[in-house]
Amino acid sequence: MAAEESYPEELKYHREHDWARIDGDEAVLGITWFAQDSLGELVHFEPPTDGQQIQRGAAYGEVESVKAVSDVIAPLSGEVLEVNRKAADEPETVNADPYGEGWLIRIRLSEPAEADELLDAGAYRAFLAEQ
Amino acid sequence: MQTLLRTPLHDRHAALGARLVPFAGWEMPVQYEGVIPEHRAVRLDAGVFDVSHMGELEVEGPRARELLQSLLSNDLDKIGPGEAQYTLLTNERGGIIDDLIVYELEPTRFLLIVNASNREADHGWLKEREIRGSEVSDRSNEYALLAVQGPKAFERLGLPVGKRAFTWEMAEIDGVEVMVNRTGYTGEEGCELLTMAEDAGELWDHVLARGVVPCGLGARDTLRLEVCYPLHGNDITPETDPISAGLGWTCALDKDFTGADVLRRITADGPERKLVAFVMEEKAVPRQGMPIAGPPGEVTSGSHSPMLDVGIGMGYVPAGASANDTELTIDVRGRPRRARIVAKPIYRREEHA
Repeated sequence: MAAEESYPEELKYHREHDWARIDGDEAVLGITWFAQDSLGELVHFEPPTDGQQIQRGAAYGEVESVKAVSDVIAPLSGEVLEVNRKAADEPETVNADPYGEGWLIRIRLSEPAEADELLDAGAYRAFLAEQ
Repeated sequence: MQTLLRTPLHDRHAALGARLVPFAGWEMPVQYEGVIPEHRAVRLDAGVFDVSHMGELEVEGPRARELLQSLLSNDLDKIGPGEAQYTLLTNERGGIIDDLIVYELEPTRFLLIVNASNREADHGWLKEREIRGSEVSDRSNEYALLAVQGPKAFERLGLPVGKRAFTWEMAEIDGVEVMVNRTGYTGEEGCELLTMAEDAGELWDHVLARGVVPCGLGARDTLRLEVCYPLHGNDITPETDPISAGLGWTCALDKDFTGADVLRRITADGPERKLVAFVMEEKAVPRQGMPIAGPPGEVTSGSHSPMLDVGIGMGYVPAGASANDTELTIDVRGRPRRARIVAKPIYRREEHA
């Protein structure tokens, strides 16, 4: 089942509809409620490989619904430490719990200062309202 | 910018929260609750699709049958009043201008239900070839069409169960007069209800009140792909012939119709390529236009199968490499992904329900 619309205060957001949960020099990344709702029920997550370097603003994977495919854009740069196997095996988890069990990857940050350029929840909501 | 056409049910779709998208010049619901639950509703119970964008052409007159026999691929003499037939409108090269269902209303009056995107081309093609004693008219704006599909479709509509497919009869559903066409595009039992445009809203409300689930064009596409019904514009086009597409059974090559000589030659020589169905053996969703490697070809339709929970598709490959179980490689945006040719249809209810 689809989750209720929400944008948790403790996360940082990117205009390409990705979120980051930053913890020291690591971060967990995923897509926002808005992104999963726009796509519809996800049927495939094409993940990066462990150890891969991802660049802020560039695609690190793809998410697909029955009707559409979308790049997943990295909100921060770093090295992939872990891919959420549950999201890859059961992509509908991303629809059900986009900020929890439906996280996509965990990275080690290579440019921690990039975090300053991300939006807080209020700014992201304001950005969505303009769309 | 061209204004999108709207069916008589547009406001009802919007009120139900449908996601409306442009399709063949129309603004149509692609989904309500979601493609997957809608798809499952049709496979397991009953769903209703607004397909009022489709075209309705009428061919009337003492020589109407003769005109259609010369332009349509299937043998119209195999049906009589109350019956219907899947058939193709072909060009001189044996290419498919459209695939359609012809309904015999009377021995001198036929209804053709055609694809929305080809309505004008079909009408133009037929009109130019009218003969004395036949008249072609486009009646599309007068009608609305609701497809009610699924194993419980007839039960939910209160219509007789178990009648032969490809037949039609007049009936009333909660006071609305409808032509019940026992045809569809999902591989399930069901019907397409033709009604006057002004009655469409009332009919839609009654059908939903009977517990039939509203379904969008997204589910219509995944349902037809699971059972390998070709989509005109994707799998079959004016540049592709019915023999290569596996539609030889719709071509009465013992009669004369446009392009029949070309099709007889392709049949005799054997087609160079064939439209095959395949299932992904690795996680990936094939899409229209993706290249097929080893053997070389192209995906013409691809999606995720909600019933099988894997990527599925159809595409053309060389005839010599079109046998079931042949391994294919689909180029998924630069990533090679393994697939295997399977017998059509991809989904069989008795195996999976």
